[in-house]
Amino acid sequence: MFVIFTLLLSGCSSLTVLNPKGPAARTLSDTIIFSILMMIGILVVVYVLYIFMLTKYRARKSNEGYEPPHEEGNKWLEILWTAIPIVIVAILSVVTVKTTVAVEKVPEGYENQKPLVIYASSSNWKWHFSYPEEGIETVNYVNIPTNRPIEFRLYSFGPITSFWIPQLHGQKYAMSDMVTKLNMVADEPGSMLGRNANFSGEGFAHMEFEALAMSPADYEEWVKDVKDTAPELTQDEFNKLLKTEHVGRMTFSTNHLEFSPPPEGHHHGGDSNGNEEHQGHKELHPDPATTEETEFDSESNVNPDEPLPTSPAEESSTHQHDGH
Amino acid sequence: MKWDEFFVTGEPLIYGAMVSIVLVSLAILFGLTYYKKWGYLWREWLTTVDHKKIGVMYIICALIMLFRGGVDAIMMRAQTAAPDMKFLDGQHYNEVFTTHGVIMILFMAMPFIFGLMNVVVPLQIGARDVAFPKLNAISFWLFFAGAMLFNISFVIGGSPDAGWTAYFPLASIEFSPTVGNNYYSLALQISGIGTLLTGVNFIVTILKMRAKGMTLMRMPMFTWSVLITCVIIIFAFPVLTIALLLMMFDRIFGSQFFTMANGGMDMLWANLFWVWGHPEVYIVILPAFGIFSEIISAFSRKNLYGYSSMVASMVVISGLSFLVWAHHFYTMGQGAMVNGFFSITTMAIAVPTGVKIFNWLFTLHKGRISFTTPMLYSLAFIPIFTIGGVTGVMLAMASADYQYHNTMFLVAHFHYVLIPGAVFAVIAGFHYWFPKVFGFRLNEKLGKTAFWFIAISFNVTFFPLFFLGLMGMTRRTYTYSAETGFGPLNMLSMVGAIGLAIGFILLVYNIYWSTRYQPRDKTGDPWDARSLEWSTPSPVPVYNFAVAPEVKGRDAFWFSKKNNEPLSNEKITKIHMPSNTGKPFILGIAFFFLGFFLVFSWWIPSIIAGIAVLIILATMSFDRDHGYYIPVEEIVQTEQKLRGDTV
Repeated sequence: MFVIFTLLLSGCSSLTVLNPKGPAARTLSDTIIFSILMMIGILVVVYVLYIFMLTKYRARKSNEGYEPPHEEGNKWLEILWTAIPIVIVAILSVVTVKTTVAVEKVPEGYENQKPLVIYASSSNWKWHFSYPEEGIETVNYVNIPTNRPIEFRLYSFGPITSFWIPQLHGQKYAMSDMVTKLNMVADEPGSMLGRNANFSGEGFAHMEFEALAMSPADYEEWVKDVKDTAPELTQDEFNKLLKTEHVGRMTFSTNHLEFSPPPEGHHHGGDSNGNEEHQGHKELHPDPATTEETEFDSESNVNPDEPLPTSPAEESSTHQHDGH
Repeated sequence: MKWDEFFVTGEPLIYGAMVSIVLVSLAILFGLTYYKKWGYLWREWLTTVDHKKIGVMYIICALIMLFRGGVDAIMMRAQTAAPDMKFLDGQHYNEVFTTHGVIMILFMAMPFIFGLMNVVVPLQIGARDVAFPKLNAISFWLFFAGAMLFNISFVIGGSPDAGWTAYFPLASIEFSPTVGNNYYSLALQISGIGTLLTGVNFIVTILKMRAKGMTLMRMPMFTWSVLITCVIIIFAFPVLTIALLLMMFDRIFGSQFFTMANGGMDMLWANLFWVWGHPEVYIVILPAFGIFSEIISAFSRKNLYGYSSMVASMVVISGLSFLVWAHHFYTMGQGAMVNGFFSITTMAIAVPTGVKIFNWLFTLHKGRISFTTPMLYSLAFIPIFTIGGVTGVMLAMASADYQYHNTMFLVAHFHYVLIPGAVFAVIAGFHYWFPKVFGFRLNEKLGKTAFWFIAISFNVTFFPLFFLGLMGMTRRTYTYSAETGFGPLNMLSMVGAIGLAIGFILLVYNIYWSTRYQPRDKTGDPWDARSLEWSTPSPVPVYNFAVAPEVKGRDAFWFSKKNNEPLSNEKITKIHMPSNTGKPFILGIAFFFLGFFLVFSWWIPSIIAGIAVLIILATMSFDRDHGYYIPVEEIVQTEQKLRGDTV
């Protein structure tokens, strides 16, 4: 079984998760393969002991009348098989914490570039992608430039969904009352499958989109093309679109962020100074009295120039930044 | 409301189910009348407070629910066996996986374990019944009312369709407008109250009713596991009670705890659900560990290795089980530090679990292992469950979980934990204790054939799902296109599912065959086992022990056999027993109707049913029934009859 397992893992490119096209997914893929190898080691120990016990001590005609000894246990053996797992768990803990911190941040080597912010929001069984910097919007497909950090900001117009492009990064929830963030980079051009991974109702199975990584020059050209040729997205049209269950691809030369801001109010997040130590002390304060503001909050956080937060928990923005 | 809103219409499968429900109900009613069994049913079963009979009723229900949940499973596998299948539509598929999850966890695994607990624990500690026999009957009938309420949802009103986790806002009235999730909140609530009462009952039973000389550290491991499980129950289930109550208020009375508007928090539901939901996993797994401990020790003909560390590891697991809930939603965006904390606590559970695995392996060491049917399930558990365990550690790593979450990898993992863990355990326990309750063993040949079908097919069904997960197939997806490449592995999984079904059919056929043809056991100890329950005659008489046993160490019955010392030198005296009562059954019916009327928001009937519940509870409080005595002659006669003439 292990042989098959390792062969499949190394040779099979259909295992999307282990076929990364960007640094974040590569970190995750390495973590997964490391943990699988470690786990196979554990399985081997257990299986060898197991087979040994079953073959050596099974009841046979020849050992009829054999009376097994009374054994209370053995202190040293029991300490041994407590201590070794503790060491294994400690190693895995270090790996987990390191990689978790790493994949939450902008991938290493890309920190100095200005990230491209894209708002990805879900409604019924489709995805809206709004590019605040370019002022354009797409539905059910997203084009991104290669070798540039992309910051997806996720939220939902309904049930919890989970934004997932397995070849670029792991998934993260999109929810209706806060914005979560996912940093990733695509380091080679190509088309990838993205989808909602979290069950969200009847049309969930069809909630897929294409993520197309293209060279920065191609990307610029595409943006220019959209701005020149695509229709505008009006508020009426957007509201109609929200109610639709499924649509194909759509492209607009303006986006919905202006009239339907994402749920990033001052009561949703901490401070935007990007300083981790200080942010730890900031509390969420979901004051019901201010909740109504969400819908009318004109201070929507659509300005990509603001300082980057370091972690999605420390949701950025707020009364401090100067809006636009 | 029109009749076609009340009954589910338009689905040929559901029409078929309706017809078969009506036919089976008529057949049962006719059979009971024709064979004049109404009185027998009422006297011996519906009004019983005997822990053994209540246990048997739990297990019968669990087997029926296993069938129901199994049919759901086969339908899901059939629908996803090939790309673009048209067997079920999206909505129907969503209902099927929701009911599959709820039924298998709450109405199959739980009652099966409670059934074995009921049958075995009082016998293992040398008691005549549980501490509160009437309360025990109430627990059962509340579970039964909840289970029936949940099951009628698919023909009346529509099944819940938001997953067994019922995440908000999907499960809110806005996105799930049918009554399905009302059923969810009320059925789980009613059976949950029963579970909570069972928890209290068994803690008191185990702490207060042990035989003379049985200190806590002399208890059989299964009893230990039940004690710890019940402690988890009384800490975890109140959380579910409150969460379901808030859900009911949201859905029926228009409150806004978990909704999208007015300050409702959908994440709060997810947190509350898993604060209960993760300990719930250990509520079904720890008794399973106890069952395996008993069986592995009995069929190795050795005492359990590392008894104290077995107990300690269960205590540690029960504590940690409350500190890991957020690993069910690492992807909610709570940041690396929170995820790191929950990763470490989750992985830490692997340590005490590993201790148990090695203790079982060393129980086998130097033993004399006989491969009976219950032992086969217990032995198969070790390697299969270890795969479930190590993939659990992989999932515990927050970063990697960003890729496994919501995929078939996760589905494979928890089936690799729950099937060899909980299901193999209850089947093993079922075969092991069956002769104690019914006085004959199940056929070994049929039992072993069923075992090989189940063990092999299980792996064929679920191992491919690990790869499907890594290929990017998400769970709860009712269809996929051929280009995804998911087809072949799903087809393989379907083949396995058919094998599993054959295995379970053989298992049930074995019950029928053995009832007719197996020789009766006169010894009361057909396996040459170790703990007190085997010192009683089989089937166990209503009073359990003719004289209360006295215990001098662990595996008391084993050493009494080895050293030829009787477990007690006392004389038989008259025995005080609790009398039967029909009130728990009637209370269950009242709760059923209360739940049913609330599901449809029919206020006047709801209020009437609510008042009925209160009246029944009040009359129970004023009951002055001091039970009855079984005279000495009757006990002597019963013992002689059951044991041949040896007493």
